[in-house]
Amino acid sequence: MKTGPATATNGQPTRPTRGLEELDASSRDLTLHNGARASVPVPEGKEAKISTEDLRVYFGKTRVLHGVNLAVVKGAVTAIIGPSGCGKSTYLRCLNRMHEITPGARVEGRILLDDQDIHGSWIDPVLVRRRVGMVFQKPNPFPTMSIRENVLAGITLNGLRATDTDGVVERRLRQVALWDEVKDNLGRSGSSLSGGQQQRLCIARALALEPEVLLMDEPCSALDPIATARVEELIHELKESYTIVIVTHNMQQAGRVADYTAFFYMGELVEFDRTDVIFTQPKESRTEDYITGRFG
Amino acid sequence: MDTLHSRLGPLRRSGRHGGDALFKGLTAAFAVLIIALLADMAFEMARTSRLSLAHFGWQFIRSTNWDPVRDQFGALPFIYGTVVSSLLALVLAVPISLGASIWLSEFAPGWLKTPIAFLIELLAAVPSVVYGLWGIFVLCPLLRNVVEPLLGKMFGSLPLFQGARQGFGMLAGGIILAIMITPTITSVSREVMKAVPNVLREGSFALGATRAEVVRMAVLPFARSGLVGAVILGLGRALGETMAITMVIGNRSEISASLFSPSYTMASVIANEFTEATGDLYLAALAEIGLLLFAVTVALNIVARLLVWRVARSPV
Repeated sequence: MKTGPATATNGQPTRPTRGLEELDASSRDLTLHNGARASVPVPEGKEAKISTEDLRVYFGKTRVLHGVNLAVVKGAVTAIIGPSGCGKSTYLRCLNRMHEITPGARVEGRILLDDQDIHGSWIDPVLVRRRVGMVFQKPNPFPTMSIRENVLAGITLNGLRATDTDGVVERRLRQVALWDEVKDNLGRSGSSLSGGQQQRLCIARALALEPEVLLMDEPCSALDPIATARVEELIHELKESYTIVIVTHNMQQAGRVADYTAFFYMGELVEFDRTDVIFTQPKESRTEDYITGRFG
Repeated sequence: MDTLHSRLGPLRRSGRHGGDALFKGLTAAFAVLIIALLADMAFEMARTSRLSLAHFGWQFIRSTNWDPVRDQFGALPFIYGTVVSSLLALVLAVPISLGASIWLSEFAPGWLKTPIAFLIELLAAVPSVVYGLWGIFVLCPLLRNVVEPLLGKMFGSLPLFQGARQGFGMLAGGIILAIMITPTITSVSREVMKAVPNVLREGSFALGATRAEVVRMAVLPFARSGLVGAVILGLGRALGETMAITMVIGNRSEISASLFSPSYTMASVIANEFTEATGDLYLAALAEIGLLLFAVTVALNIVARLLVWRVARSPV
């Protein structure tokens, strides 16, 4: 890795992100805001779908992310782990500009989606969110809409003409393995389902817009183990066609579903590597301490 | 050893619980008192109006003839005046209130929300006689000289906007009521929209909704029954309002299609004529109007509260 001795504006040295030395084939070199050099490592033979360069996020005057250089690999699942308050959810929300609905949130640095900076003032956040879908911690189907309307909500909203709405509903509900459970009750309220079903409905709702990237913010933390297993299974199937970023508190879950794992700590990306490497041979002692349960 | 336990002594009930029972009884008595007061009011009003109820029957609410000299009492003009002025108030106040509350809950910058919400609630605290005075000195002249001629010129073909332009009348009454109920509807609507779970807003944003679309697809549908409740609370206030509307509506017991003509409301006629009511039947007739008004406002308030509660307590 060609990471220079970076220094953050608060005077503390920014540690270079560790990991991927052997995978680092096509890293993108960049100059940080403080003049230091860094790079965004991309695993060999892979392509970055989203890459963040020197991403700094502020809530008011407080900086919560201190310059994150990370590439999200196309067609793979990337897990973001770290203790509460490490900035992992904030990072995720920046990837489709959802942070903007938090008053006082501000972003510096670049976020490239297929080499286009999505934080440019000329970019319409609404269109970004259509390409980068999101699933939340708490299942949030629209309670006033039926199951069918929930699936179609994004399509209706964006004025997309779906010629075959019934087909869309069936295909998306099948995709999340919910079809057989609800096919006779498509007119029922979305909130009449169980928590796990609601979460799969929300995933179907996000998929109906045919996003390229799916962001999942602790999608299983409100679910029981069986519902969690089903969602994880679903993630496995979805990574064929989508790029997935999942934030999770649950390290076993990261181990089960993710191809790559990024460990965040105190607003910094500490280490990024293949998931098996992170969990078996972490290079940073902080990563090791966290995954062995010594803190967090 | 002098432990805390040894000092407390055996675990026997002490006299302190007697105070507990007394306190509980006292507070319960106050609560019952309020309910008893309400029940007594309804009962007394029914009792006082007994004479009129027996004498006129249903004719009371069908007749337009209000002639105290001949002991003829028909309440229809007052019912009409109350209903039409309140509905007019709703037509004017609901769009403004909903707009203001949507802005306050969804668009206003954080530092502006509290001061503006405070100012709006302050508007609700202005005594109604002050609104009445403002109506007499500002609103009615404005209506007579500017608004009514303009409406007459533009929509003069409609019966609503024909007739003598006097300022004092149904239009003035409706506008005064609208101003008075706007703060109520706005602040309740804002509370209801604040109760909409944030996860629903985020869900809409994540599907690519603009702020306006978030309001349309997540906030309003969820808040709908609470918003209806807010409107009904406003309606209840408009129906019962007495002082301000008495000062501007013109107080003439007739039914006219024109919004420019003077009218009379149920609350106004009670306030105006009670002191001069000689004769038992006259008094009974006024009491019966009071009873009608009471029943309608109580019923509306109950419905409104139920609707607001439903939103505030619903899961998700």
